[in-house]
Amino acid sequence: MNIWIAIGVTAVGCYAVKLAGLLVPAGVLERPLVRRLAALLPVALLAALTAQQTFSDGQSLMVDARAAGVAAAAVALMLRAPFLLVVASAVVVTAGVRALGG
Amino acid sequence: MTSAGSGLTLLQTCALSLLVFTGASQFALVGALAAGGGPFTAAAGAFFLGVRNAFYGLRLSELLALPRAVRPFAAQWVIDETAAVSLAQPTRRAARLGFVVTGLSLYLLWNLTTLLGALGAEALGDTDAWGLDAAGPAVFLALLAPMLRTGTERAVAGLAVLLGLGLLPVLPAGVPVLVAALAAPAVLWARGRRNTPRGDAPGEER
Repeated sequence: MNIWIAIGVTAVGCYAVKLAGLLVPAGVLERPLVRRLAALLPVALLAALTAQQTFSDGQSLMVDARAAGVAAAAVALMLRAPFLLVVASAVVVTAGVRALGG
Repeated sequence: MTSAGSGLTLLQTCALSLLVFTGASQFALVGALAAGGGPFTAAAGAFFLGVRNAFYGLRLSELLALPRAVRPFAAQWVIDETAAVSLAQPTRRAARLGFVVTGLSLYLLWNLTTLLGALGAEALGDTDAWGLDAAGPAVFLALLAPMLRTGTERAVAGLAVLLGLGLLPVLPAGVPVLVAALAAPAVLWARGRRNTPRGDAPGEER
């Protein structure tokens, strides 16, 4: 049930901001500070999420096979690999390290 | 996709893609729920990630000049990809066409791959053994990488990582990510103080 609540709240919220962009007069959102903040918020959230999902299990910090997988993804990104290849390299390396007993 | 590996049912996974339809938010929601976050803290993180779509909508609304009655229907398709395609078109006609074609094909593809991914994950059983738990952070990293253009973005990312990891053991699940979002205003404020005369963003590389 909790999951349905979360899905519902997210769906309504995300739809509302999409619609707001189309309906709201330009002046309200066009201020430079608001723009900068909106561009930087995803940076902060994505960075925090990447770190947490790589180095934690529940509420404890840990380094395991995922770190190797995400490192592989980072290398793939630097080589400008396409999106699916980046994700695939993380999955394959993580599974490989785990299979080797990591 | 990865959500089936984090305790969501097939129906919930597909509903998420159909109703939310903005990738980063979906992954964030699933990740927060998997980590044991409450529904509202999880949804708040996903919501903040979706805020950028409002700014795409702003630019698109001028460009496409949609009638008011059409806007509620067009809104669901206001995402990174449709904005990128539409804004790159030379004329309003081409922009409208680009928006509809990109929106429709992405919506169908995204939901189809969600269904296939969820079915596949159910068939796989223990998704961790296949390394699928690394797919989530890899997706985030791939979305993040193109945004790290200047020192400001890198400072925000670095501070957010520190906050996100440092607070993880001490705050309830889902909350550290929201606190890490404060890295954005914090860095903006610090930069603003350092070079007030310039006003706009510093573009130097570090």
